[in-house]
Amino acid sequence: MNNQILKVTGLTMDFGGIRALNSLDLDVNRGEIVALIGPNGAGKTTFFNCITGIYAPTEGEVYLSSPGTDTSVSLKGLKPNQVTEKGLARTFQNIRLFAKMTVLENVMIGRHCRTQAFVLGAVFRNRATRDEEQSILETSYAILEKVGLEQHVNEFAENLPYGAQRRLEVARALATEPLLLLLDEPAAGMNPQETIELEKLIKEISSEGQSILLIEHDMTLVMSLSDRIFVMDYGKKIAEGTPAEIRENPAVIKAYLGEDVDA
Amino acid sequence: MLLINELKKALGVALWFIFLTFPIMVIKVDPIERIIRYRWQNAAYVAIVTFTVYLVMSFLKMRKLRVTADKKEVKKSQNIIHSILNNKKQMAVLSFVILAIAIVFPQIFSTYQTNVMTTALMYVVLGLGLNIVVGMAGLLDLGFVAFYAVGAYSYALLNYHFGLGFWVVLPIGGCLAAIFGIILGFPVLRLRGDYLAIVTLGFGEIIRLILENWGEFSQGPSGISNISRPSFFGIDFSLETSIMYMYYIMVLGVIVTIFVVNRLQDSRLGRAWIALREDEIACQAMGIDKRKTKLAAFSLGAFWAGLIGVVFAAKTTFINPASFTFLESAIILSIVVLGGMGSIIGVIIGAFILILMPEYLRALSEYRMLAFGGVMVAMMVFRPQGMIANIRRTYKFEKQK
Repeated sequence: MNNQILKVTGLTMDFGGIRALNSLDLDVNRGEIVALIGPNGAGKTTFFNCITGIYAPTEGEVYLSSPGTDTSVSLKGLKPNQVTEKGLARTFQNIRLFAKMTVLENVMIGRHCRTQAFVLGAVFRNRATRDEEQSILETSYAILEKVGLEQHVNEFAENLPYGAQRRLEVARALATEPLLLLLDEPAAGMNPQETIELEKLIKEISSEGQSILLIEHDMTLVMSLSDRIFVMDYGKKIAEGTPAEIRENPAVIKAYLGEDVDA
Repeated sequence: MLLINELKKALGVALWFIFLTFPIMVIKVDPIERIIRYRWQNAAYVAIVTFTVYLVMSFLKMRKLRVTADKKEVKKSQNIIHSILNNKKQMAVLSFVILAIAIVFPQIFSTYQTNVMTTALMYVVLGLGLNIVVGMAGLLDLGFVAFYAVGAYSYALLNYHFGLGFWVVLPIGGCLAAIFGIILGFPVLRLRGDYLAIVTLGFGEIIRLILENWGEFSQGPSGISNISRPSFFGIDFSLETSIMYMYYIMVLGVIVTIFVVNRLQDSRLGRAWIALREDEIACQAMGIDKRKTKLAAFSLGAFWAGLIGVVFAAKTTFINPASFTFLESAIILSIVVLGGMGSIIGVIIGAFILILMPEYLRALSEYRMLAFGGVMVAMMVFRPQGMIANIRRTYKFEKQK
């Protein structure tokens, strides 16, 4: 019955005296693309940082439930790497690739939390370790094929064009086998052509059943992609609904355009 | 045209230096005869030296510019060593030759030479150990000598109190040092860069001061003497054979270290270290446990230092805290930086240069530190990546046809 994959209730984040997030509720259903929008400084990235463990939220709960089960795990208080292990992978607003590693290696890092070999495995390189390394290589390459970066596989990440770097971030996040993929402004700084390609990519990933939560400023992209939209302003949720509903919502229009002066 | 310009500039620099150094280098007041002497030959020396130094520097600068302008040139000059490393056949031949030389070395050369070479090999292993921490994981550790001391003292004390032999203590010393690595690692997990360097520097000093002042435990500054040399299945050797034996142990040690470090570099853990060096936040977001990965680097590095500490105690048969000063850490770090951070072959060459050069240039030992500093500065200016830059073997994916 439980179709929710992520459930956030009453999430609050204070930085000293400033309340960046004010009792925010949000949920994502399985297989959905949900967008989180809002004017600059509304607290969208803070929200991402809170649920991925980079910040410890002041109050509130974050639950993630895996498919096929009714049990859900609380992500509150976990470290970023543990959150990723539980199944929440993200990309960054300002690209954070491992610049001096190759495209393939970047994706291989994403496989890290799904593999085990440690010091002894590395030194003795036994059967299990070799098989694991081989499977890391193959899975990583398959993911690169999926996002269309296979021709760049052995290049350094820093030498990729901007749009490709963005897609590599998505690939790296996908390599962790996330239950929910968080995209922080994936289209920021892209030209129209790259944005169209990105839209195609996100749709493709979504069609394979991947649930996605994204922050985005490009309204055309948001409106065409998302199943549901949450709108934030000043750390509060001011609206939620389908793209059509959001477009008509007076509170959203007010937040983006301001009030009429001569009213 | 360019050359004339440079010459003109060099001349200008030389004249300027004569002017600047005139009061100290040329004028000399003779208070007895109440006259002022002008030592014009000094001015000439200053001129010649500055003139040539300037020309050499501008030549190097021009060459550097030209090289960076033409990337193909870089690849060509990215040199013979790398091409050998990448060629399996040449590599096999080369390593065979080196191994053969290493084996016959003590038969050909004197005991003194063998002893010196043993020391150099010890520093190779120390350098490779520190390379795990500094080169691969990117954690600047200035207190590496602390782990070396832990290894040395664990052998000295266990031998003194319980009569334990070299081979028994070797793994114990390594593991103890690794534990100390973890103890140091925990509080510094959050620190990066300069802050980390300062804390590790402090840790190194703390260990030394404890050894110096806790007399009941470590016998204080007077140290521990009469530590037994390693035996061979219960057989004790004469001094000369013992030195030779020590040498072979170190040759074996170096081979094992190279093997292990190489494998670590090409593993899941090695990848995680490189990623951690690149971007810590992204690394964690990708599910890498920062704590576990960093502690692994610290303890593995410390492990090698501990092993060599045991070897050091057995080789010299006497240790005291004075052997474990900050200078020692600095030398090991210089080996890594000079050789090329992260580059195994670079660290090996760096260790040989930094340890053997002062040994064979004893006549110039007064200027050792001066030369040392000069070389380091020059390296940072002209070749910050080290003598042998680390060209990491990257993972390649070839589609099966």
